[in-house]
Amino acid sequence: MSGGVDSSVTAALLVQEGYDVIGATMQTWPDLGDEVEEVRQGGCCSISAVDDARRVADKLGIPYYVLNFKENFQERVIDYFLREYTQGRTPNPCIACNRYVKFDELLRRARALDADYVATGHYAKVERDEALGRFVLRKSVDRGKDQTYALYNLTQSQLAHTLMPLGYYEKTVTRRIARELGLATANKPDSQEICFVLDNDYKRFVAEKAPEAVRPGPIMDTRGHVLGTHTGLPNYTVGQRRGLGLAAEKPLYVVDLLPEQNALVVGSGDEVLSDRLEADDLNWIAFEQPDGPFAAEAKIRYGATPVPCLVTPRSDGSVHVDFSRPLRAITPGQAVVFYQGDLVVGGGTIQRGR
Amino acid sequence: MRRVYMDHAATTPMHPEVVTAMSEAMAGVFGNPSSLHAWGREARKALEEAREKVAALIGAEPGEIVFTGGGTEADNLAIKGVARANRERGRHIITSAVEHHAVLHACGDLEKEGFRVTYLPVDGQGRVSLDALSESLSDETILVSIMAANNEVGTVQPIAEIARLAHERGAYLHTDAVQAVGQIPVDVKEWDVDLLSLTGHKFYGPKGVGALYVRRRTRVLPVISGGGQERGLRSGTQNVPGVVGLGKAAELAEAELAGRARHAAALRQRLWEGIQRRVPGVVLNGPPLERLPGNLSLSIAGVEGEMLLLNLDYRGIAVSAGSACAAGSLEPSHVLRAMGLPRETAVGSLRLSLGRDNTEEDVDYVIDQVASAVEKIRSLQVGAAGH
Repeated sequence: MSGGVDSSVTAALLVQEGYDVIGATMQTWPDLGDEVEEVRQGGCCSISAVDDARRVADKLGIPYYVLNFKENFQERVIDYFLREYTQGRTPNPCIACNRYVKFDELLRRARALDADYVATGHYAKVERDEALGRFVLRKSVDRGKDQTYALYNLTQSQLAHTLMPLGYYEKTVTRRIARELGLATANKPDSQEICFVLDNDYKRFVAEKAPEAVRPGPIMDTRGHVLGTHTGLPNYTVGQRRGLGLAAEKPLYVVDLLPEQNALVVGSGDEVLSDRLEADDLNWIAFEQPDGPFAAEAKIRYGATPVPCLVTPRSDGSVHVDFSRPLRAITPGQAVVFYQGDLVVGGGTIQRGR
Repeated sequence: MRRVYMDHAATTPMHPEVVTAMSEAMAGVFGNPSSLHAWGREARKALEEAREKVAALIGAEPGEIVFTGGGTEADNLAIKGVARANRERGRHIITSAVEHHAVLHACGDLEKEGFRVTYLPVDGQGRVSLDALSESLSDETILVSIMAANNEVGTVQPIAEIARLAHERGAYLHTDAVQAVGQIPVDVKEWDVDLLSLTGHKFYGPKGVGALYVRRRTRVLPVISGGGQERGLRSGTQNVPGVVGLGKAAELAEAELAGRARHAAALRQRLWEGIQRRVPGVVLNGPPLERLPGNLSLSIAGVEGEMLLLNLDYRGIAVSAGSACAAGSLEPSHVLRAMGLPRETAVGSLRLSLGRDNTEEDVDYVIDQVASAVEKIRSLQVGAAGH
């Protein structure tokens, strides 16, 4: 329970369905001591969020705990986030959190309390598919809110112990249910920021926590000519056009980040297009392992439209993906997730975007 | 499902006679004790009767008792009040690393006001070293604040000895006796302390009411200013029903002191022996003998305190582990870390504290449930150090 409307309604629905529910908030943020209270108000993950979650739990008559996840989250999410930027990649911390924290450590602690499931307010469907003989993940009914992109790493044993009731509801309906139940959080705005960077200024965060990763260096074109100076690789992402500080006749886009040389590579609009990628660290949901190339639609970032592609597995477990049309700004470090209709086939981490 | 409350160090249920006394006061005695008329005098009388009972419990004169809104407030008044009243004489304060946060943070606030604070280390059983204290004391020292008994591990400090050392160097001695009062004999004259904090809700009285013993002629400034009640040391209309409850609780504590200690010690022994028998890898935190009779603090290898606590809660048992931070999640106790316990041990600690309402059946039930919860958690290898 984050204190937001989605997890609040999830708890309420499960209570209505007769589940024995325990509400929990993972404290992932550090204790602040003397810092002024204002900084922490509002948004996900703060003391006021805990208060909101607790009030909802009290209203539903369920036990509620705040669990200490500070170390676990620091190691698995925040350190990973900083490390990726240091290596010239763009991380997705929510994917790491789902994989290692929410459906791993939290699930373990839930089992220790005799719980059979961890339930969350994610917009996704978790189902048992008898034809496939497996647990599957499907896109939510509300396609605009679908969160399966961040959940592709779930294993069979994790899915077997996961409940996501909101996969069957439109967000507007979720809010209506919240209002009908008289939940205080019914009108709370959705939180959009990275949960551990409250002001959403991730550049400031990286500069503070990993200053060694933010050093000025050369901006080069794709032929190696130096065109200018960048302010530190974490301040840029593939496909970015603004903020380069370069004067040129044609627009220039970030094409690549080279951490060994601390160099930023820019190119023309065409040079930022690619119709292929390499990915590794795959997790498959719809089957145990692919037994050959297969067709799917792929999302290369959270907000992307799925694009038809051919996925070719390699013997080392990685995959090569060919798209039906060129895509802009395929970004190493982001996830590529494969769908067949609303079924999540699996996904992995983009290593090369060309 | 059986429900067993074993967290008396956190708070205690009100004694039925306390509830009765308070209800009568609430219904019948509503005057302002500062008013001159009959209603005021009646309330004043109830207040003063309670004051006498509280004084009797700790061997003080009634005129030396200042009612406050609890132990935290009493600690703040003692420490800030004495420091600020004596800052011309010196700016050095000595306390210990295992004090309650009320004492530690009050001292922290004073550091920002220009005072220097020494936090004395403790040994592996939580005892303050008298040698370290002697070495720390100087002509600059105006106040020493050492708790009488520790809330986490129950360690009883040698307050009389500490008083002697403090007075030799001209410093006041304050003791936070919040855990000790009502559990072990407390006598301010025998201990020779200058200030002592206590609170009702630790000895079957109400929450939100406590007292500070302030020996006559101690130089202390109030923290809360106003109409001058409580000898000017704590302004504000007194919480008459609360104080009446505090007085009643004190009266009962004095009468039942020996019996309560015997009862708690016997149950604690039974609990400790039972857990040791059923749970491998368990150690006692704190001294075996000089500790509060009802306190059992232990560390269980490979089991996080938080997980055990929640598990036991789910089985109807209330115990405590570490200390809750502002957000409400558990952090390993600063007391255990000051005692030198390695982090994994501190994280795996549990505090069970018995009270007058616990029975042998309670103890046997808890032994069973602790054994079974530990087995389950160990088999799932949840979040212990290394995950």
